[in-house]
Parts: sequence; C-alpha cells; structure tokens
Amino acid sequence: MLLNASGCLDALVAPDVARQLDAFVTKTITPLPREGNAAPRIAETAHGMLNSIGLANPGRDRFLADNLPQLRELGVPLWISVGGFCTQDYADTCAVLDDAAAIELNLSCPNVDEAPESAAEIVAACRAVTPLPLYAKLSAAHPDITAVALAVAAAGADGLSLVNTLRGLALDPRTHRPVLGRVTGGLSGPSLKPVALAAVYACYAATKLPIVGMGGIASGADVVDFVACGAKEVALGTVLFSDPDACVRIREELAQVHLDDVFALAHAPETVKAGSRVLA
Amino acid sequence: MPRREPLSVAGVEPVGPYTLLRLGRGEIDPGVPGQFFMLEAPGRLLPRALSLCLAPEGELAFLVDPVGPGTEALCALQPGERIHVFGPLGNGYRLDVERPLLVGGGIGMAPLPFLSEALRFPPTVLGFRDERYAEAAALLPGAEVVVDPTFVTEAIVPGHDVLACGPEPMLHAIAALCPGAQLAWEAPMACGYGACYGCAVEIDGHMKRLCVEGPVLVPAQQMSAGFSPAITHRAAASSVAPIAPAIGAPCVLASLGARDREAAPHPLDGHHAA
Repeated sequence: MLLNASGCLDALVAPDVARQLDAFVTKTITPLPREGNAAPRIAETAHGMLNSIGLANPGRDRFLADNLPQLRELGVPLWISVGGFCTQDYADTCAVLDDAAAIELNLSCPNVDEAPESAAEIVAACRAVTPLPLYAKLSAAHPDITAVALAVAAAGADGLSLVNTLRGLALDPRTHRPVLGRVTGGLSGPSLKPVALAAVYACYAATKLPIVGMGGIASGADVVDFVACGAKEVALGTVLFSDPDACVRIREELAQVHLDDVFALAHAPETVKAGSRVLA
Repeated sequence: MPRREPLSVAGVEPVGPYTLLRLGRGEIDPGVPGQFFMLEAPGRLLPRALSLCLAPEGELAFLVDPVGPGTEALCALQPGERIHVFGPLGNGYRLDVERPLLVGGGIGMAPLPFLSEALRFPPTVLGFRDERYAEAAALLPGAEVVVDPTFVTEAIVPGHDVLACGPEPMLHAIAALCPGAQLAWEAPMACGYGACYGCAVEIDGHMKRLCVEGPVLVPAQQMSAGFSPAITHRAAASSVAPIAPAIGAPCVLASLGARDREAAPHPLDGHHAA
C-alpha cells in the first residue's frame, strides 16, 4: 500500500496525484493555525534536502470546517496527521475526529521548538478518546527508537510511521551561513533511507506492529527494501517533489514483485539465523 | 493542465553570460507568459523552476543563469539529451492590460520575450549589471537597455500597466512607483505544484505558496518588504538600473527567473531590500 508522507502533498491542489495513492495523509494539523517558518524554507543537499516548513496548517477548526469536507470528496481514504505542543493538544484533536482511515500522531517534527511530552503519554491520552487506528510517527533521532516503539505500543498505538526527518543544516557556499531562515531543517530524500531502514528493522523486530516505512523511497526497489525490513505500508515523500507521477511509476516497477514473498523470505527463520550469509 | 514528460534538448545557445536552453515541446502546453516549469537538473535531487522565455514552433525555450550546480547542469546539457519537464505551473501574467510596459532586471528578463510576443511587442525596459549581461537584451529587440548605475525605475512613466520581473529590490521599487504593477516574484521551491510549502511568502499578512498564488502577484497582494526571495548577488546587482522615461507603457509584469536555489542569499546578508 502506497501513501504519501505527511506534508509532502496537498491533495486539494493536486487531486490527481492524491488519487494515485492508496490513502492520503494530511499535513499535520495543530489546534491553532500556524503560518510556518521564515523563508528560505528549502535547501538541497548532496543526496537529500532540508525543509523547515514548521507545521504550517490552517488549524483544527478551519481544517474540520473547510479542508476535511473537500478531502473527503476525493474518494481516497484519509489518514489525518495530528500534531501539538502538549498531550492535551493531541488528545483534543483526536477526540473530534470521527471519520478517518487512521490518525497519525506526529510525535517528531524537527522544525518546531516546543518539545512534546513523552510519546507514550500522548499515545495513551489519544487512545482514551478515539477508537480510530492510531499510528505513532517517530524520529530516528531518538537514541533508542526501539524503546520508544515499545512504549507507544504498550500505550495503545496500532502502528508506527517510520521515520520522520532528521535535523540537519546546510551552508551557503558564498557566505558560509545557514541557507535556511530557521538555520536547521529536516533532512529527507535518499540520504535518509539507510537510517529509516534501520529504524523499521529494529522496531518491527521489537513490536511486530504494522509499520508505514518512509525515508528516501524513490523506486520499486526501495519499497522492496522497506518491506524486507518489516514495513507493511510505505510512504512517498521527497520523491513527489521531483516526480508527481512517482506513485504510478513505482507501482509499475513493482508489478512483477510479490511483496509478500519478499517479506517471507526476509523473515524466514533460516534467513534470520544466517544473516551474514545474506549480507555476503 | 500541467504535465510531466521527458523532453529532448534541441539547442543550447549562449546569450551573454546566460544560456538559452531549447527543448522539444512534446505534449507540454507552453501556458501563458509568466508561468513556469520544473526542469530536471541532471545529477540533482530536485528540479529547477524556470519561467518560459520563448515558445517557438514545437519548442520550449528557457533562459538559464548558471549560478549553482543545478543551473550549471542545465547549461551543460547537449543536444539530444533528455530531461523531465513539468508544467506549466503558477498563474502567469494577466494580459488584459491597455498600456503595457515590460520591465526586466537581470535574469528576471527571462519571461519577457514570451510575454512581449503575447502583448504584441509593447515598450520594454531592461536593466543589467554590465554590458556583458546586457547582451541578453538581444532576445527582446527594441527594448531600452540600461546598465548599472542607472536604474530601470527611473525610466518608468506613470500611467502605464507595468509587468515586471527581476530582483526583489527592483520589484519593491516598482511596486512603490506603480501600485498596479504585476510583479513576478521568486522563492526557493522544491516541487512547483503546492506540495512542499517551501516557497511560502508573506502575502497580505499571511504565508502563502508562491507556486500556487503566484509567481505573479497583483497590487493588493504584494509581498511584505521583509520578504527575502531567492535573488542572487548578481541579479541583485543588475537590473536595478533606471531607464530613461522614454516608454509609454504602464507598469511591467515580473516573472520567475532562472535562479538556482543554492545561490539563495541568507536573510542576514543585507544585499536584499530591507
């Protein structure tokens, strides 16, 4: 199943792209409207890019009144990304969402200052107010993402979204100063992929929860890698910026691939035991 | 409707320090003047946003200023090579103007040849940093050309419908002179179709995506003076020269130039308009 990574597609501006997906994940919604960070917000790096958008969104009330009805008309299952700056923010939004394929809790945006409270605490508070499937989106910047994954699983998360961007910085070669207005931004694209694979691999082994894998996916071969590591779904992010038709292309590249077999092979007991042989 | 397809390079021609990149058009619509396209930059992760410079029969032509690895890669393309092109994108200039005057600064002249054609060759003023850059004025025969230290703004006669494109200081100066001017702005963008939110600028007190709401903004929605679009040192130095008041056209439209996002100035640089 192919999704978009939250914040990497506006389904109302590009509905044809959204309809290529199996589900559309909204940009993160916060209780109050946010204009986002100062320009410049984008920097290209050697094998990736940085963004410092800063959770720009219309706020919960306007999202519910204006955006959500329009999104429903697309006919694509909706995942709603929920953000906030304290546990109550997340829970309040989850409590008013009554119709979505899933809720993704953005517990890991690198572009806002406010540090959310513990991931498990937020998941537990949301679990208490919604029966909808809850996916916790985590960052590989945490020193022990497996521990976080186990904690959110115990708190009632139905799945994991792995991974969010990693904080990075790019310099202007002429001025030697940061390119981004906010100095740092979230690293995405091909350079994030090995980090994401490691997170998916470890968190799947630890929790066996359904995982949406993301981080540098740009081809069918990338999808195979994520599935082999334990991802049940995958999401496209940065690749959508350069190729709005990436979803169609990747489906074509996967047409002859049996992802179930990939997963089964990668997780067959003898394969796991003979890890070194696989690497050879 | 924008579409994306691989286009074949038909020609790569130097125009002063710039390069005119000519691509076979394929099935892609040239759109209206001031709209832009995302061009795959070989070897780079992200495409580059370039406004259409000319639309000769069967072709799309872009004026590129090689200011970073992406634009350098575009200028290094060879005839027969193919790159993906996506567009047309953005809003473009409104063409229902009675007394058009086109004003371009530096690489900001990129969209003006196509615009000039659409408006049946109205009076035009181009400003450049020096004579070498001014060679690009050959793409707009008949244009009045000024070079540093003359500013294009000095040549704008009130009462015209100004359509302009150029560095931010020039656009702010034109906005002050000609409240009704159509100005094409620029900002670093990753996608060009509203997906990345990277090109958001402050318009009417709110951050809006330039690729969706612009790049051509009308007077009621000009950007705040504090906005720092992606303007190069070179572009900022050029095109701010005044023009002799010889033109009988109103304000000029601006459009998206061929800048490279990596050459974006830091907001602290101080070489943009405060």
